[in-house]
Amino acid sequence: MPIYNLSINGKNYPLEADPKMPLLWAIRELAGLTGTKYGCGIAQCGACTVHLNGNPVRSCSLPVSVAVGQPITTIEGLSSDNSHPVQKAWIAEQVPQCGYCQSGMIMEAAAFLKSNPHPTDENIDSAMEGHICRCGTYTRIRKAIKTAVQSAMTASPNTPSVTR
Amino acid sequence: MHTSRPTISRRDFVRQAGLSGIALTIGFYLPACRGDSTRIVNAASADGAIPGIELMSWISIDQSGKVTIFNHRSEMGQGTFQAVPQMIAEELEVNLDHVNIRFAAANPRKFGPQPSEGSFSVRGWYKELLRMGASAREMLIEAAAKQWNVPASECYAENGQVIHRPSGKKLDYGALVEEASKLTPPQNVTVKDRKDYKIIGKSMPRQDIPLKTNGTAQFGLDKKLPGMLYAVVERNPRFRGKVKSFDDSATRAVPGVRRVFKVQRAVFAHLYEGVAVVADTLWAAMQGRKALKVEWDDEGFEHLDSNQLLARMRENLDKPGLSEPFENAFQGADKKIQAVYETPYQSHSSMEPLNCIAYVQDNSIEIWGPIQEANWIQADLSDRMKIPLKNVSVNMTFLGGGFGRKAFLDYPHEAALISKEMKAPVQVVWTREDDMSMGPFRSGALYACKGGLDKDGHILAFQAIIAAQPIGQELSTDAAPGSASTNDGAIDGLAKPYYASIPHYSFGWISTKSPIPVMWWRAPTANTDGFACESFIDELAHQAGKDPLDFRRSHLPNKRYEALIDRMETLSGWKSRGKNEGWGVAITECFGSIVGHIVKVSHKADRKIKINKVIALMDCGWYVNPDIIRAQVEGSIVMGLGAAIKHETHFSEGGAVEKNFDTYQMPRISDIPDIEVYIMENDEEAGGVGEPGLPPFAPALCNAIFDLTGKRIRKLPFNLNEV
Repeated sequence: MPIYNLSINGKNYPLEADPKMPLLWAIRELAGLTGTKYGCGIAQCGACTVHLNGNPVRSCSLPVSVAVGQPITTIEGLSSDNSHPVQKAWIAEQVPQCGYCQSGMIMEAAAFLKSNPHPTDENIDSAMEGHICRCGTYTRIRKAIKTAVQSAMTASPNTPSVTR
Repeated sequence: MHTSRPTISRRDFVRQAGLSGIALTIGFYLPACRGDSTRIVNAASADGAIPGIELMSWISIDQSGKVTIFNHRSEMGQGTFQAVPQMIAEELEVNLDHVNIRFAAANPRKFGPQPSEGSFSVRGWYKELLRMGASAREMLIEAAAKQWNVPASECYAENGQVIHRPSGKKLDYGALVEEASKLTPPQNVTVKDRKDYKIIGKSMPRQDIPLKTNGTAQFGLDKKLPGMLYAVVERNPRFRGKVKSFDDSATRAVPGVRRVFKVQRAVFAHLYEGVAVVADTLWAAMQGRKALKVEWDDEGFEHLDSNQLLARMRENLDKPGLSEPFENAFQGADKKIQAVYETPYQSHSSMEPLNCIAYVQDNSIEIWGPIQEANWIQADLSDRMKIPLKNVSVNMTFLGGGFGRKAFLDYPHEAALISKEMKAPVQVVWTREDDMSMGPFRSGALYACKGGLDKDGHILAFQAIIAAQPIGQELSTDAAPGSASTNDGAIDGLAKPYYASIPHYSFGWISTKSPIPVMWWRAPTANTDGFACESFIDELAHQAGKDPLDFRRSHLPNKRYEALIDRMETLSGWKSRGKNEGWGVAITECFGSIVGHIVKVSHKADRKIKINKVIALMDCGWYVNPDIIRAQVEGSIVMGLGAAIKHETHFSEGGAVEKNFDTYQMPRISDIPDIEVYIMENDEEAGGVGEPGLPPFAPALCNAIFDLTGKRIRKLPFNLNEV
């Protein structure tokens, strides 16, 4: 099997994989980064969301071969110490219940806020609509995204964008 | 005669399956539970060795004063990971920030019954947990008093220290734990007054949440063992069918595939079959499965479609001879109405699909996984695999949702059989399609309701006859329709004071025969019974010409209910509601708690229905953590919304049709209205939290739609855009 050099969270991972293998399984089973979750395998639930070149993608439906040469960020790389404003907001609003979908939710929200620092309620709903939370934490997700927006504005009023 | 349904509760199932003894351990905080050293090792194995000295089976304190409290329950989102230690820490007088929370492995002798079901973790055990924390505190105080040679009555505990009141001397728990551990726990301890609580009753942040925002929380699928193999299983899509033959030539050609063999798993009284593909990697196992060809033997049982199931339930409802005395009372009513309600089959569809690691060795089994029912699994595997109970260890990871599906025995059983065959640790991974289509499902149901009002508009007679599949059908007997006494049976979810205020009631159950496996699903039976009953109460209120909230008030003459209804009226602004919105109310009682919902709907510009707001009021009596309660009720509403307007499992030729989220539609963020949750303050006994918030949603929604449009919705799920 070919070896793919993946750049995940700033680290190089030479991974021997079937070219058809979805990026999700390469991340979880080969690189051993289990924060990214398997939920449906058909890009319906969003639990597997990671950043590819800074954009949120469904890693369950993207072949590993496509990801070569593009930086990948997983939940572990967003910050391991929960210091990212979205992680902070998720803790402040006590969003997770079972928590299984939340890595994907957080990765989506982080990418969304980077390009939409001042979202409306409708913007938030449409950005997060591709994600399923069976525990039903949606109202808190809305609240947490607004909290992240607020904290970014308070932290740096001149550059109101949520970045690390 | 119509008795209450001949289905079995989850607890009964344990007894009927011959696993008695699990639910009998009470007072497990007492000295009898100490000194069980072999199991202490097992308890620690869930998370590695625990530093420190075990003061009681649940509490460990090291000499630096660091406190470890075992959470003996599964954590599937419901928050017992926090709530159980929060109770112990309150009485132990330690700050939760200094407490390390660990999962306990299955060990009923040490931890008492551990199943996470029936919204029971707090309400079932809070008094014991509080006494346990208090016992440990008293032992630490006694140790300090001995060391200072002063009376224990002059000492008190606070923030991880014992303090001698007259002198101001202090000793940390860490310095006392060794001596304290040698003492006999007190037989009688005084627990705190509620007014003195420092952390119970407060929204303490959950300790599991930071683990769930940075990817470090370990779910079942994330657990790996050295030398672990992976298995996926091609299971019979018609559940009961047997493996006739299989062609694994292409499968065995996939690099990494080790073995392919037939495997079974027990689902109630049946052994279901499948073909396991075991490989070095998950990917290889999945690829191998794709290449596998299985021929099934599906003779000897029915292959039903959804419409056949429904027709069978209708036939059952048409059977004559239902409760003659009730019928006489009903016929004498001033006004009479009848209605039939329908609820669908549903899958649990936790976000984490089923999975389980088993390692079976010569005379031992060890299990790791997302498990709701550790003790059952321990007993069941011991029984089935003929391995002594003490050699069966069950370790719980975090669960990516459970909702009842992970309160079952089949997936560890299957994993154990595969591991035994392979003589290696094996992780069995269910795909989403496996998880969603293999059942057991929530049963579909039909409810035939009859109601009669007297001249004053009070309910004189109320009947609900249910046609559905009972849980664990094979283990129960069917109730034959027949005549009954005037007041008979009971129904889950119905507010209890109705039984006293309605002169003639009758609740019966007709078992629908079907080979499709069914089981409990969050707020079992109440989640559909509540829809039928609270919708029909609304129909009766309308027939009586009464305000729906007043109608309920007059039928629920009980202080607790009066307080709840008064508060619902105030919170919603019920009396000042306008004409452009439809408002619906529903109140149900189950798992020891009472919950009322008010749903507000209106027409959008395109005349489609919009849910504007849900106001939920939870009366769970004594409680631990209000934010966890609010979260549970919010989540229950979302799950109830999904069940009401989004998804159902259909059957075709005996198998499930919906296999993934493309066809089994889930509520998404844009479907969710504003939700406000409030908690009643009273001194009632603790009630359940994880489930009781679900049943009132669907009836409150449908009652609101009736209020707005005059259309009565009696079939779930329905399309909100097509009302």
